[in-house]
Amino acid sequence: MDAGAISQYFPLYVEAFFLTIKIGWMGIALSLLIGVVGAFVLHFKVPVLSVIINVYVELFRNTPLLVQLFFIYFGLPKVGLVISADKCGVIGLGLLGGSYMVEAIRSGLSAVPVSQTESALSLGFTKRQIFTNVILPQAVISGIPAVIANVIFLLKETSVFSAISLMDLMFTAKDLIGLYYDTTECLLLLVLFYIVMLLPVSALGSFIEKKIRFGSYGD
Amino acid sequence: MSSFITSMGFDVLFKGTNMIRLLQGLLVALKISLISVVLSIVLGIIIGMLMSLKKPVINVISRIYLEIVRIMPQMVLLFIVYFGATKALGLNVSATAASLIVFTFWGSAEMADLVRGSLISIPVIQYESSYALGMTKLQTYLYVIIPQTVRRLLPLAINLITRMIKTTSLVMMIGIVEVLKVGQQIIEANRKTSPNAAFGIFATIFLLYFLACWPISLLSRYLEKKAA
Repeated sequence: MDAGAISQYFPLYVEAFFLTIKIGWMGIALSLLIGVVGAFVLHFKVPVLSVIINVYVELFRNTPLLVQLFFIYFGLPKVGLVISADKCGVIGLGLLGGSYMVEAIRSGLSAVPVSQTESALSLGFTKRQIFTNVILPQAVISGIPAVIANVIFLLKETSVFSAISLMDLMFTAKDLIGLYYDTTECLLLLVLFYIVMLLPVSALGSFIEKKIRFGSYGD
Repeated sequence: MSSFITSMGFDVLFKGTNMIRLLQGLLVALKISLISVVLSIVLGIIIGMLMSLKKPVINVISRIYLEIVRIMPQMVLLFIVYFGATKALGLNVSATAASLIVFTFWGSAEMADLVRGSLISIPVIQYESSYALGMTKLQTYLYVIIPQTVRRLLPLAINLITRMIKTTSLVMMIGIVEVLKVGQQIIEANRKTSPNAAFGIFATIFLLYFLACWPISLLSRYLEKKAA
């Protein structure tokens, strides 16, 4: 173990760390947006759109992110769609994550028993009130654990970005190993930075999950 | 129509043995995932059963194990085993062996968590009722607990298989020649004659992975509906 090498590489990792976080969270924000819109489309059974969403979910849930990124980054420019590596990362992560989020949020919505809607109707709630005051609060609670699991999964998936030469943590480690052959030091830093990035999210996830189970409805 | 196929770069697929080579590449990836799936299921069931015993020592170890798998990207694990083990321990691990080790390590943790989850989801009443009916411990597990656990576990375990197949696409990053690598080789070799091959090839690989995983996903969903 060479402390000099570690202190030399550290700034490079910090830079890569922030890039990874930036792209990761932008991708996750996009995936949440797609997830919410898609889940609502499926929940309200919007014609035509729900077919499109279903096809999209199946396509992206059943293919690896690496393949999706290669298609977006190397394939699409051939038909005239050139996208920079940064944007490609955000779009790829957003599309992959979106397909998972749609499922997570939709299952949260459908987990609310029909009796809840019926009871609210018999109490004279309007359709809109039922959705905002009865269904949504319960759906959020039952959907959140799955959404957090997806967030962790997506942050981990950012390591794939290195394949399209985005200078993320994985790319930096690979690059430095190739240049200086300080394999042990580079891998140690890589692991440390991933721990810093993911352990808080994971811990927060477990914490929220515990809190939320406490406030569950019905049985 | 033929000009469309050419301009989209699908024509390379029909040249020589390109399509067969792609399929062989997919087979390499599927083989690695299949072996790790089998190993993970066996190990995962054993570890999951140990975890459901609620012994403090096992609990601490399994918590650390699960947390490592939960937060470390599989790509990082691959690099640690493939490059790190070679450098730090002087072991010469082949790329295939490294990927099998990593995917089994990861898959076993996921499987163990699923097994533990479905075991503890069986209400205590089930055990108590069986004992009250005079069943032995073995009979209780064999006729009451295991059948119910399996029904809950099966859709989740099958879902894990599709996730493992998707993750094996990463092995190209440590130099295994699987479908993506073969695709890149074909694109490189035909760069002059069909400059748009990247679109056709990667679209085909996209579709191939979809065709490999979709039926398994459907099966998982069908079983889930049946179990519910």
